[in-house]
Amino acid sequence: MLNNQGRPTSPGATTSADKQTFTSNRALQLEEPLIFEIGRTTTTGIDIDAPAPFASRLGQHARKTGPGLPGLSEPEAMRHYVRLSQKNYSIDAGLYPLGSCTMKHNPRLNETMARLPGFADIHPLQPQSTVQGAIALMEELGRWLMELTGCPAVALSPKAGAHGEACGMMAIKAAIAARGEAATRTIVLAPDSAHGTNPATAAAVGFTVKPVPAGPDGNVHPDAVKALLGPDVAAIMLTNPNTCGLFEAHVKEIADAVHAAGAYFYGDGANFNAIVGKARPGDLGIDAMHINLHKTFSTPHGGGGPGAGPVVLSHRLAPYAPVPFMRREGERITLVEDAAGADAFGRMSAFHGQMGMFVRALAYMLSHGQDGLKQASEDAVLSANYIRATLSDLMSAPFGDRMCMHEALFDDEWLKGSGVTTLDFAKAMIDEGYHPMTMYFPLVVHGAMLIEPTESESKASLDLFIATLRDLAMSAKRGETERFVNAPALAPRRRLDETRAARNPVLRWTPPKSVAEAAE
Amino acid sequence: MRYLPLTADDRADMLARIGAATVDDLFVDIPAAARLTQPLDLPRRKSELDVSRALSALAARNVAAGSVPFFCGAGAYKHHVPASVDHLIQRSEFLTAYTPYQPEISQGTLQALFEFQTQVATLTGMDVANASMYDGSTGCGEAVQMAHRVTRRRKAVLSGGLHPHYSEVVRTNSRMTGDAVVSMPADVRASEDIIAQIDKDTSCVVVQNPDAFGNLRDLSPIAEAAHAHGALLIAVFTEAVSLGALTPPGEMGADIVVGEGQSIGNALNFGGPYVGLFATRTKYLRQMPGRLCGETVDAEGRRGFVLTLSTREQHIRRDKATSNICTNSGLCALAFTIHMTLLGDAGLTRLAQVNHAHAVKLADMLDGVAGAEVLNATFFNEFTLRVKGDGASIIEKMAAAGVLGGVPASRLWPGAGLDDLILVASSEINTDDDRAAFVAALKAAL
Repeated sequence: MLNNQGRPTSPGATTSADKQTFTSNRALQLEEPLIFEIGRTTTTGIDIDAPAPFASRLGQHARKTGPGLPGLSEPEAMRHYVRLSQKNYSIDAGLYPLGSCTMKHNPRLNETMARLPGFADIHPLQPQSTVQGAIALMEELGRWLMELTGCPAVALSPKAGAHGEACGMMAIKAAIAARGEAATRTIVLAPDSAHGTNPATAAAVGFTVKPVPAGPDGNVHPDAVKALLGPDVAAIMLTNPNTCGLFEAHVKEIADAVHAAGAYFYGDGANFNAIVGKARPGDLGIDAMHINLHKTFSTPHGGGGPGAGPVVLSHRLAPYAPVPFMRREGERITLVEDAAGADAFGRMSAFHGQMGMFVRALAYMLSHGQDGLKQASEDAVLSANYIRATLSDLMSAPFGDRMCMHEALFDDEWLKGSGVTTLDFAKAMIDEGYHPMTMYFPLVVHGAMLIEPTESESKASLDLFIATLRDLAMSAKRGETERFVNAPALAPRRRLDETRAARNPVLRWTPPKSVAEAAE
Repeated sequence: MRYLPLTADDRADMLARIGAATVDDLFVDIPAAARLTQPLDLPRRKSELDVSRALSALAARNVAAGSVPFFCGAGAYKHHVPASVDHLIQRSEFLTAYTPYQPEISQGTLQALFEFQTQVATLTGMDVANASMYDGSTGCGEAVQMAHRVTRRRKAVLSGGLHPHYSEVVRTNSRMTGDAVVSMPADVRASEDIIAQIDKDTSCVVVQNPDAFGNLRDLSPIAEAAHAHGALLIAVFTEAVSLGALTPPGEMGADIVVGEGQSIGNALNFGGPYVGLFATRTKYLRQMPGRLCGETVDAEGRRGFVLTLSTREQHIRRDKATSNICTNSGLCALAFTIHMTLLGDAGLTRLAQVNHAHAVKLADMLDGVAGAEVLNATFFNEFTLRVKGDGASIIEKMAAAGVLGGVPASRLWPGAGLDDLILVASSEINTDDDRAAFVAALKAAL
């Protein structure tokens, strides 16, 4: 039985939020030093016996001293990284409305499947006869991706979206070279609203980027494209739905014009989540499109990867797909790894792609089925439009009442004169327990706020989010700047000095002077 | 559908609020001819149990490394990863967070990246490291591009000891940009004269250590020669554990170090996801690709971390960026960092020593097998075995006998006349029984 002797049973007086503590900890928010400040080079969290004496074959290449890395025992390491984890926001903890990032629920079945030894514990170069199940899984994933996009071929090896872009643009370059036009077709068209990876990729693959203007309705118009097309244009890169959250209504006409001019159509599939089961990019004329498995097909973002960026290809580009690619002969499927004798443009990475992500994505697809995938897209678009419709009386939408796809875009017109910026508004959301939306992107909209709720939110969750944004919006309009300009006040850190970080970069820990001197 | 919280009533209420009659009214911008009216030719939804059964059946058709005597390497290595690593990286706050664009609520990821960068720089003997690349091979491609920017030259010289798939990635990139590549022929015995290839047009020399045949190389004279010609030395490794035993590339004069970090903290995963390590000298920092995490202070003066120097990156600089990389390999980098923290100097040094000991033990046994010969004068945990016969069919026969005995060189260098060579790797996972099984299977296959 509990001893209640002398134990007060009422909560007592309220305490101030700015209460100081001896440790600087704030209850569940625990301050944590760097491992270099708490570990020792002589400590290890791993028991491993020294080998019996033997004759080294390292020659004169043996390291003279240890590298100088601190170690921690297992309990210390657990505590260190658990404490760090507690300083992160996550989709499991709350709505994560980052536009164009598709932060949807990550089913844990997929984690379990990816860790089956038959997938996680196989080597990329063990005999293919011993990994037929893995190759069959890759083939099955490819079949889903081809059917969902309406494209006849897929290259699985790209390791993320931007890597997939590079793969698609390299296939285009190879196709152009095969036509003998490598020297003349050097221009790639991309709208200003494109993700930065599009122009960066085109440049990295050796093209020159030319911007395409969008119309006042947020769409790229065929006339604007036609005005730029010519014998010097290799391709257009178009994101659809675009980064304003709008479907490119004239996509088919643009594709036809691009093809008529002898160029190729690269589709950025970052926003594919809006249209799975509703329309197929292949039917709309794309020649290549990467699919971010970590967006549409829910492989976890992991704090910045790993992703996976398979690329679907049209008949015209399929022959140029990089190695390795799959070839089926009866029951046996071969991974072709040698480009000799094929038109493959080369190789994207050492091995076959992000197998761990393939397993997760296929588990997601099998779980949803074609019916569930379509429903997911419909729910994502429905939820985004619900947010758009319920906030548009307070916040300004640059494209009016037009239906959006999976993300709702607002600008900062409505904040004019309030003393609150998009950044302030976003940081105030942190105090309310939300991760901010994507902000200041796309670049074509001033002070952009791009909200992508995904299909993973319940109506109650959406309603609370909307009520919160409405409360913040009204507060901003009333000129209550204190709530914004000093936000966040309740996060593990206040606003961080990014200018200082960039001016005087400190990119690694170095021992404090006194310690360094003592060591000498 | 178990992952979709909206109910039919919710959907009706929301449509009413939007002012749309049906959900298809939300998709009016899609050209009518392109709208799908029939279900796609794919199966319908499945229960968790059914999905688990279907995928487990596929997994069961593969031979897992841990289920047999296992000796494959050639760029991917099996090591024991402590159980705590996978538990920690599966914490929701790490697993389901995005790239740390909002530093106030991402200090966990950011501090871990700062630790990662420090560990990689320390381990390689370099000044600074980035927050990871996709893998070693793509990092190698990026390193060559970086060297071209630094030197304003456009010719790379690739060692014949460089993993041939890494070379292929570099050649693929270079073909696109019209840059020159000199690829030395496969160099089984580390006897190539790469210094003779360096001239005034050379931007960089790319050398792997331990090389793809397992030989250990002294990079110092190559660095000296490269620097004398105004070129950079790019040092590559595919087995990060080797850095616990070998002179670090930074001490041998490397300007850029790229490597595969998979072997610390990460599973084999049939080739991915892995984690590319990338380090360089401070003076080349601004030409570095990829994300960088830096230390700063918050509005109350407390230490904190942010992504920094992003004016190098695609989301700011667009077609003038140092790379198109966006998503990298965050969670694999975290696994690397946690495993490395558990190891520390003491553990890493010991692990490397044990790896070397196992490989030496196996090499000594194989030297006694008629029809087999270890070619290496030096090696760490992988060496090249010359066999009487065709390496690929011997490996197939050994696999049929339940031993995954290595990687035939012909798979990596097809048509290079290396059909009688096998790359054999050994690590702490191998037991005396494994080695005995290897020797027996090899003898039977020869």
